[in-house]
Amino acid sequence: MSANQAAESLLASNQQKKLENLPKDYPLSTSEDEGDNDGERKHQKLLESVSSLNGKDRQKLAERSEASLKVSEFSVSSEGSGEKLVLSDLLEPVKTSSSLAAVKKQLNRVKSKKTVELPLHREEIERIHREVAFNKSSQILSKWDPVVLKNRQAEQLVFPLSKPQSAFAPIEHVVSGWKAGTPLEHEIFNLLHKNKQPVTDPLLTPVEKASLKAMSLEEVKMRRAELQRARALQSYYEARARREKRIKSKKYHRILKKGKAKQALKDFEKLQKVNPAAALEELEKLDKARMMERMSLKHQNSGKWAKSKAIMAKYDLEARQAMQEQLARNKELTQKVQAASESEEEEEGQEEEEELLVPDMVNGVQINGLNPWMFRNHFIDAKEAEVQKDLKDPTEPEAQEPSESEEERAGEEETLLKEFEERRSLRQKSELNHMAEPVHRPVTKDPSSQEVLSELRALSQKLIAENHQSGKQELSSARTAQREEPAREEEEPMLLQRPERARTLDELEELGREGCVENKELPRTAVEGLQLEKNLSNHIGAPKEKKRKEQMIDLQNLLTTKSPSVKSLAVPTTVQELEDEGERDQRQMIKEAFAGDDVIRDFLKEKREAVEASKPKDLDLTLPGWGEWGGMGLKPSAKKRCRFLIKAPEGPPRKDKNLPNMIINEKRNIHVAAHQVQVLPHPFTHHQQFERTIQTPIGSTWNTQRAFQKLTMPKVVTKPGHIIKPIKAEDVGYRSSSRSDLSVIQRNPKRLSIRHKKHLENNCVD
Amino acid sequence: METVPKPDSNVPPKKDRLQAKKKKPRRYWEQETTGTAAGASPGPPRKRKRNRELRPQKPKKNDTSGKFRISKKPRELKSPGPQRSLSGAQDPFAGPAPVSVEVVQKYCRIDKSKELPHPRTKTRSRLVAAEAQEEETSVRAARSELLLAEEPGFLEGEDGEDTAKIRQADIVEAVDIASAAKHFDLNLRQFGPYRLNYSRTGRHLTFGGRRGHVAALDWVTKKLMCEINVMEAVRDVRFLHSEALLAVAQNRWLHIYDNQGIELHCVRRCDRVTRLEFLPFHFLLATASETGFLTYLDVSVGKIVAALNARAGRLSVMTQNPYNAVIHLGHSNGTVSLWSPAMKEPLAKILCHRGGVRAVAIDATGTHMATSGLDHQLKLFDMRGMFQPLSTRTLPQGAGHLAFSQRGLLAAGMGDVVNIWAGQGKASPPSLEQPYLTHRLSGHVHGLQFCPYEDVLGVGHSGGITSMLVPGAAEPNFDGLESNPYRSRKQRQEWEVKALLEKVPAELICLDPRALAEVDVISLEQAKKERAERLGYDPDARAPFQPKPKQKGRGSTASLVKRKRKVMDQEHRDKVRQSLEQQPQKQEKAKPTGARPSALDRFMR
Repeated sequence: MSANQAAESLLASNQQKKLENLPKDYPLSTSEDEGDNDGERKHQKLLESVSSLNGKDRQKLAERSEASLKVSEFSVSSEGSGEKLVLSDLLEPVKTSSSLAAVKKQLNRVKSKKTVELPLHREEIERIHREVAFNKSSQILSKWDPVVLKNRQAEQLVFPLSKPQSAFAPIEHVVSGWKAGTPLEHEIFNLLHKNKQPVTDPLLTPVEKASLKAMSLEEVKMRRAELQRARALQSYYEARARREKRIKSKKYHRILKKGKAKQALKDFEKLQKVNPAAALEELEKLDKARMMERMSLKHQNSGKWAKSKAIMAKYDLEARQAMQEQLARNKELTQKVQAASESEEEEEGQEEEEELLVPDMVNGVQINGLNPWMFRNHFIDAKEAEVQKDLKDPTEPEAQEPSESEEERAGEEETLLKEFEERRSLRQKSELNHMAEPVHRPVTKDPSSQEVLSELRALSQKLIAENHQSGKQELSSARTAQREEPAREEEEPMLLQRPERARTLDELEELGREGCVENKELPRTAVEGLQLEKNLSNHIGAPKEKKRKEQMIDLQNLLTTKSPSVKSLAVPTTVQELEDEGERDQRQMIKEAFAGDDVIRDFLKEKREAVEASKPKDLDLTLPGWGEWGGMGLKPSAKKRCRFLIKAPEGPPRKDKNLPNMIINEKRNIHVAAHQVQVLPHPFTHHQQFERTIQTPIGSTWNTQRAFQKLTMPKVVTKPGHIIKPIKAEDVGYRSSSRSDLSVIQRNPKRLSIRHKKHLENNCVD
Repeated sequence: METVPKPDSNVPPKKDRLQAKKKKPRRYWEQETTGTAAGASPGPPRKRKRNRELRPQKPKKNDTSGKFRISKKPRELKSPGPQRSLSGAQDPFAGPAPVSVEVVQKYCRIDKSKELPHPRTKTRSRLVAAEAQEEETSVRAARSELLLAEEPGFLEGEDGEDTAKIRQADIVEAVDIASAAKHFDLNLRQFGPYRLNYSRTGRHLTFGGRRGHVAALDWVTKKLMCEINVMEAVRDVRFLHSEALLAVAQNRWLHIYDNQGIELHCVRRCDRVTRLEFLPFHFLLATASETGFLTYLDVSVGKIVAALNARAGRLSVMTQNPYNAVIHLGHSNGTVSLWSPAMKEPLAKILCHRGGVRAVAIDATGTHMATSGLDHQLKLFDMRGMFQPLSTRTLPQGAGHLAFSQRGLLAAGMGDVVNIWAGQGKASPPSLEQPYLTHRLSGHVHGLQFCPYEDVLGVGHSGGITSMLVPGAAEPNFDGLESNPYRSRKQRQEWEVKALLEKVPAELICLDPRALAEVDVISLEQAKKERAERLGYDPDARAPFQPKPKQKGRGSTASLVKRKRKVMDQEHRDKVRQSLEQQPQKQEKAKPTGARPSALDRFMR
């Protein structure tokens, strides 16, 4: 039965297979079911036998359609058309249920088998192949990159490539590199080596050197004894240290520590007497320790141990003591070490007393002479506060109690902040030099009073002038002077001094160089210049811009400086006659000096015209009569004109902007531009970089002959009449060509599958 | 010579590396020779070793640059690792000879103080190569200074004696005969005040008297080349590129004679010429005329290159700047204008004096300009950048003529007196404190020129010609290929051909002669803009910053954003900083309008 079942199952599967193969194998099977007659069957058999002749199905027996006597018990297995008998089928108990588990399983297996992947499209295969080939070949070729790079950067290449000429080497080097070749030479060298004779250098033999180095016997003995002693001592010390290290007693360690601290203190005191500098260093160390302590939470009773003790402290006296000890220790460590002398301390104390009157901005700042920042800050604050108090309410008592309430303090701080802001604004507005800056302080606290500001500015100018004249002045005195003197009184001297400042700024260099211009004469000339300037401004009629005026002043200064006359030994004869009549000379001088006034004016006018001409023109797009009435005498409205006026972008500043006596033509020289480089060559991104590479002249006029030859060396040199062969791997030191790597892929390109492709893609990413 | 890379240089072949790994056991007898034995491969290792010694910081530099070494001290000997040789002797002066930094600096052309925009690696390598090249050439040039054997002359007074008191007779007595022969006087009272000119080699002298007397001579041997009377007023004379040709500005036209005195040309397009200047490298003869025209005549082809109207009346003061071949004209309104044939307008105008300008002179390096005006002042201008007077002096009677010597001495002719001022060194301007020399002549000075390569000042005056000795005036060493005083006729012809081949086009004259080594930024920008317009985007624009992905848990989005922001902030900060730098100028402008105008504001600047 079971065999039958198995046969059935096999048959089923076989039929399935057959169904698949049906159209191919049995094209004529349609006639099968109707034909019962013998002839037809025979024909069928014949056909089957014929068809079974072609290989695979040869062993297949004919389908049994009806019961026959010729059923062979061995033919069962061969019924499956190549389907193998599964071992489990054989092992199965014979009498199982007739469930179709095995069949199901097999069916499942059949189903679970994946379908064969479709081969990739030809184009795709080719593409993958190309990619692989490219990657491979580029990898192979990348080996040449350094060679290519080197060749590109080489100053000169000589073709055909030849072995590098052995450089000229002195005979001695050649000899030193020489090796024994012939047997005779070998023998000689062996002899020499055996006897430790020098081979090349006729200096001392090693034996001789060793003998020179050798010491006498006594010396050796002494040395050995010394070494022995040292070694013994070392071992003792090591043993002791190890022993001490092993001691676990806390008490012992505490005592040790205390002893050490005491010792250190003693040492320090001693050091203070002997070597104060070293003591100071020690002190610094202490200071550092203090800092560390302040930073850390070590003795703040905040640790685990401390907390546990805190619980205990209520009941345990010892714990309480321990905690207190800790706190005391913290205090001790964080206490500042007083290194300053007593007098200083006293001063400090006084200051601190003063300080108490004043709200301190910085929390916990200690004033000491070491930190000038802090000190200064405090000092200023104190003074400011005082001034404020004076101004604000005189009724307030002079000395305030140190127990000033917090609110008041806050108020003070606010005022201070306000003041700071004010001062900042002042600083921005005034263009004074920094020297005068910290001195000025708004006397009144009115933030809106512009007058004060202007006054201040004037004063500061005056101050600058004063500084110029009389050098350094005491800051405090300047401050008082400033506060007392009204600005109006300063106007007159200001008028005189102002031009002098301009002069000094302009020609400081010049004066410095000459160094022989009398100080007395300066104001006079300056005043002259001023007057001249006034005259000129009247002449011109409309003194257009201040800039012009400044330029004028500059020019005047430039040209009217009274230059020292040359003392000449040999004075021209005509001049000698002239000198007798000094009066006449002077008159002539003055005449000459003033004759040129219009020269300056003309020059300035010319310059102005040049500037105007070089300015980019605005574009006016107004159409008269568009959108409004037009006609004779009617002009487009200002609004419209303003709207349709396209302002030209402001060009770069003129080169002669700061040169009052100069007009530089800004026109482009097209002839030169035609010869200039107009396109940046490749690796350069900025023209300045390129310019730097072409700045060195290469002509023989500017270089020595050798340098010239080197600079104009051709990049590639070829020998006439020689074949230039392509570069080979052997030429640059590679051993073999790498063609074989490429050929691996090219041999069987069709094997590539998707898996391969993925692998490749990964490679590409890498 | 650099050839194709050798196997041992850059690419490490496996074979060699293997060899290197298998270290040869060292033998005791090799102890002495290890230094040399290391050089088993011939040549290069030794060199490389030295290179490493020289520049320990830059081992990457190519070999050629390593050959040169600059020592900080002028004459400091380096002690390199002694190279043992077979004989045991050592080279006491191993390596190339040291060169002093100052001398090298003199020949450096690249201004390294300028900050370059950050270059890419490729560009950087080019820049480094260029710098190395420059250094090498400048070191070579500095080395060749050894060949300049001659030293300049000098004059020192005995214990504080004023050198100005030393008279020519004293100098002549003190110097050797050959030098004493260089001091002479030509008494030519008949034909009125003389103009004179030395040839570029300093060997020949030509002079022309107001009343028509023109002569040329080899003034060292006193051999007269020609002497003629042109029967016309002579305003100026000048040698052309060589002593064989002579330009004479006569009353009517410009004439050119050869050294035999034969008239070769009469240039009628240059009429009523008052002053002549010859630009030797451009072969241009510049003439300034009474009619106010500045005319450039190319003497190599005989064409007028440019005729420029100065629009400033009669031109009677002219000089050239030897540095950039720009012609300086002095005008009656106190200005000095600078001209080039390429431009119709002056390149620049400098207001120098309140009166008219009487004389202008520029020193050989083109850094200083001396002017004297009708206001009796003598001013010394710095021509680099500021154009401000460095020093000013009022002279008793103003200087009518000025001349600079090759080494920067300034001579001024005032009436019948010549004053000479000297500076401290070659490049320093002459200090006008104390005259270096003074000399009184027999007539009023009319022409003044220092003789090149000789310590001689030639003065043309109404009484003839005086050649006076001025120690330390001239460059002691001449360039034999450029201007050789002792050259033969054949050499001169050779030089002429070479000079003609190297002729500089006239239109290249501009204020900054190094402009040619610059990129034409305007057209560059223009091209860039056009390209961007054509393409629709700017291909050179910098891509926005993209942070690199980071490993190990740092590539979170937050950190990416943070990094991006960091870069953005940095850029923004840079921008703000730049704008702040520009702001002070604006603030200055805005200040007067800011506060309420005060009466005192007019005195502020």
